[in-house]
Amino acid sequence: MTRAFNILLPLALGIAILAIWEWTVAARHIPVYVLPAPSAIARALAANFPSLMASLLATLTVTLEGFVAALVAGVGLAIAFSQSRMTERALYPYAVVLQVTPVVAIAPLILIWIGYDHINAALALIAALVAFFPILSNTILGLKSADFNLVDLMRLYGASRWQILWRLRLPTALPYLLGAMKIAGGLSLIGAVVAEFVAGSGTATGLAWRIVEAGNRLEIATMFAALLLLALLGIVIFAVFSLLEWMLLRRWHESVLRAQE
Amino acid sequence: MSLLVLNGVGKRFDNGTEALSGLSFSVADGEFVSLLGPSGCGKSTALRLIAGLIATDSGAITWSSTRPELGFVFQEPTLMPWADALTNARLPLDLKNILRADADARAIHALARMGLKDSAGAYPRELSGGMKMRVSIARALAAEPKLLLMDEPFAALDEPSRQALNDDLKRLAREDGMTVIFVTHSVMEASYLSDRVLVMSARPGRIAAEIPLPSGERDRLSAAFAESQRRVAQALLEAA
Repeated sequence: MTRAFNILLPLALGIAILAIWEWTVAARHIPVYVLPAPSAIARALAANFPSLMASLLATLTVTLEGFVAALVAGVGLAIAFSQSRMTERALYPYAVVLQVTPVVAIAPLILIWIGYDHINAALALIAALVAFFPILSNTILGLKSADFNLVDLMRLYGASRWQILWRLRLPTALPYLLGAMKIAGGLSLIGAVVAEFVAGSGTATGLAWRIVEAGNRLEIATMFAALLLLALLGIVIFAVFSLLEWMLLRRWHESVLRAQE
Repeated sequence: MSLLVLNGVGKRFDNGTEALSGLSFSVADGEFVSLLGPSGCGKSTALRLIAGLIATDSGAITWSSTRPELGFVFQEPTLMPWADALTNARLPLDLKNILRADADARAIHALARMGLKDSAGAYPRELSGGMKMRVSIARALAAEPKLLLMDEPFAALDEPSRQALNDDLKRLAREDGMTVIFVTHSVMEASYLSDRVLVMSARPGRIAAEIPLPSGERDRLSAAFAESQRRVAQALLEAA
């Protein structure tokens, strides 16, 4: 009953909003170039479906490449920091600098350095830069949260640093990492969109470029259709990581167990 | 024959706290010794020094030969929440890279000895406090330790669980010929389990009294046991 209610309530609300939107646009004769009705957006989506799907695939590819790069770099660096305090002291300030520098400001530089010939690599790098820091900081926190007594116990039994890392620190860090991945998945999508905006037309082929292009042609319904696909992509990314979190933590971690109660 | 001797051991922490000063005692092979004393007197520090988890500042800890295989049980069960009881019990063997089949057999045997054979696949969250502590002890037993160090392992348990675990621990120590150093706040527990109770003074800790207890079976309701408890309690009051 509660589960059905939790699904039906937001669904009903969404349908109501769409109905009010449709009615308002029709009743007040709002021009399509100001605010298209949901039915107009649906028609634009159907009419441009193949090209929008190609753009969606392009944005998804950049997002995933950026995310994987951020994941590998963030976890790798966090492990290096956990194994060597000197490495952490030397490099962490630069990671913070990277985090606080607006990516929009450095994106043109990256595009110039990597070159428009390798535009997808440049876009993925920008997406990775946006997604990197939450993974790094959360994984560091997780690796440092290992139970001190268990660390002592493992040392007592002659465990090596790598055994402690593999058997204790990484599993302890897993919930922190999974939380960061949910944030970073969305951030890498934002990074990919920002990168496509900066790259401009003629090079990028993703949804952000389609939004700019449709805006220039005053095809507002197509703009909304591309926006809708971006929002759906963000939801799917979040849902996939939420599912992964549930699968990996469902048997033992409080956060998932509490949610199931 | 002494398994280990602590001679004038002292420990001061970085924050300036002097936990131990001139701590001296010996433990015989196969003996069950309890360390009893007021909170903060350095009982746990003494155990960690013996385990080699921290270093002494003064004095020496000497072993009769090479340091034997150790087991350690903390006040909390200290289990890996992401691993089932079998994997937790197998931990010391996994760290020594013992073949999985052998390690599984030894861990299951240890769990069975603690009455948990049917709970090998259970995760810590699915176990009661007493059962978690049993897994913790099984993990220590799986390593087949010669010396078992226990740091107030039953302090958080209800009285029936505590008494049941006391009985099991006593039986296991006798069956295996294990030497046990047991830290506790409980006069009753120390009196019931131990061959000898070492009462420590307030910080900085040292041995204030040594009370050998009669050998043989103990009945918690007997007059002889009450007399043992009285002697231990008296020594604790005087040490405080």
